[in-house]
Amino acid sequence: MLLEASVVLEAEDLTVELGALPVLRGVGMSVRAGEAVALLGGNGSGKSTLVRALLGLLPHQRGVVRLFGFPLRDFRNWSRIGYVPQRSAALLGGSKVKEVVAAGRLARRRPFRPLSRADRDAIRQAIGQVGLSEQLNDDIAGLSGGQQQRALIARALVAEPDLLVLDEPTSGVDLDHQRVLAEVLGGLLAGGASVLVVLHDVGPLGPLIDRAVVLSDGRVAHDGPLGDLGQQRHRLGGHEYLDHGRPTPHDHDEREQLLGGAMDP
Amino acid sequence: MIEILSYPFMQRALIAALLTGLIAPAIGTYVVQRRLSLLGDGLGHVALAGVGLALLTGTAPIPLAVVACIVGAIVVEILRQRGKASGDVGLAVLFYGGLAAGVFLSGISGVGAGGLTQYLFGSLTTVTHNDLTLIGLLAVVILAITLGLAPQLYAVSTDEEFARTQGLRVRLYHIAVVSLAAVTVALAMRTVGLLLVSALMVVPVAAARNLVRGFTSGLACAIAIGVLTAVGGAAASFYLNAAPGAFIVLLAIAVFVLSWPLSYLIRRRRAAAVLPELADDDELIAAHTVTESHPHRHAPGCGHQAVQHGNHTDFIHEGHRHAAHADHYDEH
Repeated sequence: MLLEASVVLEAEDLTVELGALPVLRGVGMSVRAGEAVALLGGNGSGKSTLVRALLGLLPHQRGVVRLFGFPLRDFRNWSRIGYVPQRSAALLGGSKVKEVVAAGRLARRRPFRPLSRADRDAIRQAIGQVGLSEQLNDDIAGLSGGQQQRALIARALVAEPDLLVLDEPTSGVDLDHQRVLAEVLGGLLAGGASVLVVLHDVGPLGPLIDRAVVLSDGRVAHDGPLGDLGQQRHRLGGHEYLDHGRPTPHDHDEREQLLGGAMDP
Repeated sequence: MIEILSYPFMQRALIAALLTGLIAPAIGTYVVQRRLSLLGDGLGHVALAGVGLALLTGTAPIPLAVVACIVGAIVVEILRQRGKASGDVGLAVLFYGGLAAGVFLSGISGVGAGGLTQYLFGSLTTVTHNDLTLIGLLAVVILAITLGLAPQLYAVSTDEEFARTQGLRVRLYHIAVVSLAAVTVALAMRTVGLLLVSALMVVPVAAARNLVRGFTSGLACAIAIGVLTAVGGAAASFYLNAAPGAFIVLLAIAVFVLSWPLSYLIRRRRAAAVLPELADDDELIAAHTVTESHPHRHAPGCGHQAVQHGNHTDFIHEGHRHAAHADHYDEH
């Protein structure tokens, strides 16, 4: 076992301007192997922009992003990353659930090759993990919002990623769906993968989170354990991200419970 | 059918129609998915510049039209990717520039704008052996890419950002799609014509979406509709002495119109197939017919004969059976 967990995602002095408007102003943050990091902050604080810049979906004007030690432009091993965008399933209408999920396997596939047995197994397994096995052949447009969100999570899981990046996976989704999400993330973390999740409020995911990075006006306002946020609440202006969070000293125990004792001491 | 096949020009016409019916919906599926349904129409205008140039230089029109179309398609795609606010106007300038250039060039070549008509509306019976060879070769390329790279093209056309996180070179794929659409448009100018080819790229795709579920099935179904209407239209126009391009497109639109009631029937059948699985007691659900107002209250000894029916009791009531269900009675 490594004494110091390696860094899977890292940003230094990241500056992103949309139009002439600076949205991120010198953001520095990292996610280590096996770590679950929550990205918090109010509306317009730059959370989604940061996630998209980290994945190279938005160009940055200054700074460095490294994925698994590689500078963004040299990074090729995309199957190590699973991405769940903010709900975009509406665009996918006319596709079966299994077709949507299969797209998440593309980083592992070569052009002009049919799906391998391993691909098919991974697709069926990912769909089962999010509890959509019955809806395998359904049009994604006919599913509920929560089910669509889960299909997008399956699409990210199907690559068997080492880092899962989720952009507000809990917004507009009821508690049952959030619990499925917590289970899936717990399983991933237990397997040694890392998670970076943008959240509006922590909700049922709270016990899983190791560390919170709080953005405010395009800068990192806090980077540390979720529990520490309580003391800073007033200084940060009492944002709503704490309202449903449960930053208690027992978080670690709860997380172990959720993982079913699968975590090594 | 024997008669039609005995003419070499009709043989070539039918093969050209078959190939057009194959490739237009194959590439059209991705074009429609990207909401570029009218791209083919615009590219048809640009192709005319190539035809005009061919008339002026006395060379074969299809190769030059292919080149003009690809250049136009790539310009369109670059304008789109740059996200220029004036992209819309840029497209219009490009398309009408192509049309004007075509008319202008054919004018000074001495043929005149009238010589363009056969390309605008197709002229299946004038397809030459060389045309057919070129159409065949390019059709193989288009099918190999649209079917062989279907998973990649699907991802890129439905969710561009996600496709990028799969390491796909999204811009390259976009350029490939519009270029293949351009080639298809140029090839189809012999069969359905430049003004109508866009219909064969879009209409079978729209009809297929009404008829089958899922992207892959939609692609296959669109190609089937394309082939049937193109070959059927070409053959029928021979007997009816009709313009084949127009007839093919009208046939495709007829299939699209028919696909609406058909999709309704298919959905009803699917729903009916699902219901019995969901129901614990098939009979109960299948026969949930509520009686008209029913003041009488059935009970053992009420005067109506009681019959055990599954897990409940029905009462014989004027020749049919009533079963208590919440606040009303069902006809069983």
